[in-house]
Amino acid sequence: MSQTISCSCFYRSLLTFFFALFLSFSTFSQTPPAPAAGGLSPDAQKGESLFKVAGCNTCHAIDEKKVGPALRGVQKRWSSQAQLINFVRNSTKVIASGDPYANKIYNENAKTPMPAHEFLAEADVKAILAYVKEAPATVVDKGTTTGGGGNTINTSGGSGNSGIILTLIIVVLVLVLISLTLVLVFIKRYLKEKEATLIEEEKSLVNQKFDFGAFFKSTGFIATVIFIFVCIALRETYIGLLSVGVEQNYAPKQPIPFSHKLHAGQYKIDCNYCHTGVMKAKQANIPSINICMNCHSNIKEGPKYGKAAIAVLLDHYEKQKPIEWVRIHNLPDLAYFNHAQHVNAGKLECKTCHGAIDTMEVVRQASPLTMGWCINCHRAADSNNVRVKIQDNEYYAKFRAKHKDMTVEQIGGLECSKCHY
Amino acid sequence: MKDTTKKYWKGLEELNNEPEFLKQAQNEFPDYLPIKESSGKDTSESSGTDRRDFLKLLGFGVAAASLAACEAPVKKVIPYVNKPEEIDPGNAVWYASTYMDGGEYCSVLVKTREGRPIKIEGNRLSKVTWGGTSARAQASVLSLYDSARLTSFYAGKSAKSKAEADKEIIAKLNNLNGGAIRIVSSTIMSPTTKKAIAEFAAKYSNTEHIQYDANSVSGLIKANKASFGKAVVPSYDFSKAKVIVSFGADFLGTWISPVEYAAQYAKNKKLGESIKKNSTDNEFLLARHYQVETNLSLTGCNADFRLPIKPSEEGLYVAALYNEIVGGLSVNAPKSEILSKAAEDLKNSKGKSLVVSGSNDVNVQILVNEINKALGNIGTTIDLETPSYQRQGDDERMAGFIEDVKAGKVAAVIFYNANPVYDHPMGKELGEALSKVSLSISFSDRMDETSSKCAYVCPDFHYLEAWNDAEPKKGYYSLVQPTISPLFKDTRSAQESLLVWTGNNTDYYTYLTNNWKQNILNGGDWNQALHDGVYQSSGSTQVAIVSETAATETAVSTDLNSIASAIASAKSSGLELKVYEKIGLGSGSQANNPWLQELPDPISKATWGNYVAVSVSYAKDKGLKSGDVVSVTVDGKEAFKLPVLVQPGQAKDTVSIAIGYGRTNAGKAGDKIGQNVYPLLAYSNGTLKYNRGGVDLKPTGDFEEIAQTQTHQTIMGRAIIQDATLPEYITDSAAGRFYPKVTTADGKKVAPKDVTVWWEHEKPNHLWTMVIDLNSCIGCGSCTISCQAENNIPVVGKKEVINRREMHWLRIDRYYSTAETWSTKKEHGKDKYFKGDATAWEYPEENPEVTFQPMLCQQCNHAPCETVCPVAATTHSSEGLNQMAYNRCIGTRYCANNCPYKVRRFNWFKYFDNDKFFMNTSMNTQLGRMVLNPDVTVRSRGVMEKCTFCVQRIQEGKLTAKKENRRPVDGEILTACASACPTNAIMFGDINDASSQVWNQLSEENKKRAYTVLEEVNTRPNIAYLTRIRNKQA
Repeated sequence: MSQTISCSCFYRSLLTFFFALFLSFSTFSQTPPAPAAGGLSPDAQKGESLFKVAGCNTCHAIDEKKVGPALRGVQKRWSSQAQLINFVRNSTKVIASGDPYANKIYNENAKTPMPAHEFLAEADVKAILAYVKEAPATVVDKGTTTGGGGNTINTSGGSGNSGIILTLIIVVLVLVLISLTLVLVFIKRYLKEKEATLIEEEKSLVNQKFDFGAFFKSTGFIATVIFIFVCIALRETYIGLLSVGVEQNYAPKQPIPFSHKLHAGQYKIDCNYCHTGVMKAKQANIPSINICMNCHSNIKEGPKYGKAAIAVLLDHYEKQKPIEWVRIHNLPDLAYFNHAQHVNAGKLECKTCHGAIDTMEVVRQASPLTMGWCINCHRAADSNNVRVKIQDNEYYAKFRAKHKDMTVEQIGGLECSKCHY
Repeated sequence: MKDTTKKYWKGLEELNNEPEFLKQAQNEFPDYLPIKESSGKDTSESSGTDRRDFLKLLGFGVAAASLAACEAPVKKVIPYVNKPEEIDPGNAVWYASTYMDGGEYCSVLVKTREGRPIKIEGNRLSKVTWGGTSARAQASVLSLYDSARLTSFYAGKSAKSKAEADKEIIAKLNNLNGGAIRIVSSTIMSPTTKKAIAEFAAKYSNTEHIQYDANSVSGLIKANKASFGKAVVPSYDFSKAKVIVSFGADFLGTWISPVEYAAQYAKNKKLGESIKKNSTDNEFLLARHYQVETNLSLTGCNADFRLPIKPSEEGLYVAALYNEIVGGLSVNAPKSEILSKAAEDLKNSKGKSLVVSGSNDVNVQILVNEINKALGNIGTTIDLETPSYQRQGDDERMAGFIEDVKAGKVAAVIFYNANPVYDHPMGKELGEALSKVSLSISFSDRMDETSSKCAYVCPDFHYLEAWNDAEPKKGYYSLVQPTISPLFKDTRSAQESLLVWTGNNTDYYTYLTNNWKQNILNGGDWNQALHDGVYQSSGSTQVAIVSETAATETAVSTDLNSIASAIASAKSSGLELKVYEKIGLGSGSQANNPWLQELPDPISKATWGNYVAVSVSYAKDKGLKSGDVVSVTVDGKEAFKLPVLVQPGQAKDTVSIAIGYGRTNAGKAGDKIGQNVYPLLAYSNGTLKYNRGGVDLKPTGDFEEIAQTQTHQTIMGRAIIQDATLPEYITDSAAGRFYPKVTTADGKKVAPKDVTVWWEHEKPNHLWTMVIDLNSCIGCGSCTISCQAENNIPVVGKKEVINRREMHWLRIDRYYSTAETWSTKKEHGKDKYFKGDATAWEYPEENPEVTFQPMLCQQCNHAPCETVCPVAATTHSSEGLNQMAYNRCIGTRYCANNCPYKVRRFNWFKYFDNDKFFMNTSMNTQLGRMVLNPDVTVRSRGVMEKCTFCVQRIQEGKLTAKKENRRPVDGEILTACASACPTNAIMFGDINDASSQVWNQLSEENKKRAYTVLEEVNTRPNIAYLTRIRNKQA
């Protein structure tokens, strides 16, 4: 009797140990990579901001080809700087003038002319060129929200780590089972050898055979099986009910196979360029066709679907018929969500909620969009990314005396009528 | 309270302690009422759900839920093809425009979301309406989405294309052979519309434009012609008047330009320590207002002194006042203490006083003009140089027109913004005679009483779809601009139709801009004018839109002696009828607007229908009680049957019935509500008379409950209203205040706030606070409708109002009280209040004082509702808001039971997509739904709701500030009620911000006029009220 008690004690302490181990693993932290700081000349600094304001970054990157060619070393490629500046300000003119290099680029880039930028003064273009020259190689495209090395919140609670821990626990448990069986076998064998010295009662105990039939028919067994079955069924129902209406990974087929991987990933087009409302309004906006046409009036062929996919877009534009996209992120009516609040005031990155959109060929709903998921972020104290930027915004000036840094919860972000009204 | 004999009551049931009232007073919810069917009558037990039904429903519900859960419906998201630059989905775009309906005017801002107008706000740049709005202006946005509107032109009963109709109409106009053409309209204040009409008249000779008003002031215009040689309505300035005497003019509610007058009036109703300190004239620190009238009007409720009179004697009372001030009229004028006092005050405030009359009798108005002349008010409080163009109707010409039609003298008639078959006393005759007119056209937007009798109906745009302009007062211009493209492409603006028929093919927008550039702007900037919505021009190049020398056909004598004898002969005996206008429905043009139908009348609190208001003594004499249906007979002939309502304040031997009801062709929600009283108006001496004798009421024995909201909540004798008189206030700013004390366990009496079981919570950021000044709240109800529009509040219909299930988040409580000390006496075992000796008792109900109190969720810091919710659906925020999470609510209604202010509303039914609530058009029609505010949830059945302090506006305002990297500025975040208020009685802001209006108000009024309702319960509300101070002797 005493043996079994100590045995269960052993199991319990072992379980506690592993549980503690599990917990310690499941809380993990991330440190954000520090953004690269460039030591640019004043001219180049001006150029850097112009590079974004004038929209150069929509089609160009410094070190890699987007819609237009990579810009590094562009001055060396051109015969004269004046001609280069003319090209930037009005490329079609330079091409028409018969400049050989201009024509070469034009032909290399699927005969897509670079739009005119006559609003840029000569000095502005020079500043941009200075930036191109001095831009550090590591900064590929610091300005875009998709391109940077921002960190994301792992909301699944570290599923990778928990897998390892589970395997470890199972391995250890199997080892314990084996060793216990071995102990049992050794004891039995030892007692068998000394059978003669044992009394009748002990003998029957040593020689007893396990009656499986009786075991399976015993009320205890049946009750345990039923109990386990009911538990599993209840748990599955509960999980099933929780997932009602949760459409994580919903990736419907869209009328045009638009690829974010291509546009946001490869070409690094700023999210804000198409989703114009994201900084100012509740909705981020599905871009209207006139925004698509800024580029697609020239680009009529894609790398994957050729002309077919873009033809659908052009057809809609010609007929002035809106495209009926399938809505992916559906929040219930009872919850109010505002993009401007999160992206503009909260300075969150798109990726935080929408996942690695720049790798998605077909967009899917990356987050569960459940209330628990929202609340987790509002509570999160461990991630700088989702904390309130009280130092950056005068609105929060009142809090600065008492706090250096706050979670959304601390400014009332868990209160019902922040989202429900 | 110091004055313990002062008695406040919400209704006669409460004053008289009727058994039904006492029973209801103890019940929060009428549980015996059925909920299966929305019928107020059926209380039989079989109407309940039995166990089997319940199980069946449960089973079906589970099955449906699990089926529905299998697959989420595919939703489309459809972006623009070319996105307009100024529209960002999710952000509101505002346009300045102008609300006009006949003679009503209000400069407004229109909030649009994704191209849909959803809310009307006042335009603070306007020098006429000063940012105030009326309930009707607020509700007008729902009228845009009225499914009774016609979608195309009609010829007879069949639809016609615009081109075809134009062709036929032009052909007929050219074939009239010189026959008379009449354009009949209500008041037109638009200079460009008048220009288009003039152009039409130039092309088709023998065209005359006739204007009439359903609520006419024709008598005033005629009197001004006679007295001053100017046939206009002058501009009144109530803000300059220290003494106001009004004879039946409901200038705060319905008379000419109530929003403008309310703003002026309220300036002299504001109090405060600084005002008190700087005052040199303590007696007139507040304006003193006398009201002499028949029915208890909104203006009468706000008066300091009120004298109920019979309408036929109004002239005699004016003559009596004339005799007190000037003297010399030989009339047997009635004596009145109040009138003598008024005369004395007027004489002491010459040039700073104003006498107005709502009478449509020329003689009475001439006498009023003489009084004002004698007081030197012309040029100070009455401005004839800047006439108001808000009423231009001429009763005489309109009557002449109807006679002409009957005589077959009219060849063609065009009705614009007019429905005379319904709203003119001779409407029935006109309707029958219209068949004699060879071409009849109506611009009405629906098949109303008049247009259904016209050959052609060419529906006009709603004002939110149209370009137009307005000149409410000479030199004060404003613009109307479209806020949505026309909902029905086959309709056209009336002005453009006229232009097309004239042969002028300019579209009305171009026509309007050309007219402005040539005649109005005078070098000003069109874009600026359009942006502001209002434009003031000092130039004299404009053509006056009203001819000030318009000829009147009947000669008007200004001989005072003949006037006096005419006035004396007008007196009649017996029961008299006074026809009045209600603040909700007005003249009835928006009768199909359910928001207005369900807006409780400020005084009677009745919704959905009119009634015969009778005086308390009449009801006692005849044994009538509210709801008894009587047959109203005029000169022995039965006019209609209506229930009576016993109305405190109604003059003895008079009855009042409101216009605007009894429409037959308004639309599904507005038809057959109440009775049409226009046919009872009399026409004599060139004007319509809104009162008449020879009326009798015959009880029918039927009973029809009036859907009143007044006794739905009770006061149970607590100090909810705190008021005082001005002399008391001068000596002690805290006069009238009640300081409750509670007894602690050790017997000490302390202020309630010193005893609490709750921890205080920090409000580190904002603390939203409201201050309501009872002294400047006039009870107009525009806040109620503004709240309804902003917060998607359903309309529940007459039966459910009777069942006490109205949904308004903000109600305006009306309390009656009496200043005099009354004695009580037992009568039939009940306490009754009496004055005087036992032989000549007077009842306090005959002429009570009235106080209005807007009542909404008090956002208590120690909220009783929060502690009883079993699921924590109602909680407190760190900004002081009492939050309500609908999706968490399970409908126990504990919170409503525990709310001492009775401001929580329960969704007894699903009010959307439910045919039984067809009158709730904003949630039950495809068109109506466009008015819903997308930022506010439409609540479902079984959840509790209440005022949220417009949390969506707070959140939006905070976000705007964050986006602009700053703190919110005071006045930037306003609740819907505060922004709608024409008198700035409702102030809202963040009390943690020391520059805010509420902080200033409360720091000045703290421990003085500011009080919280039911302080003894220690709920610590975030709403403070400022005491009502009346300018009268104690």
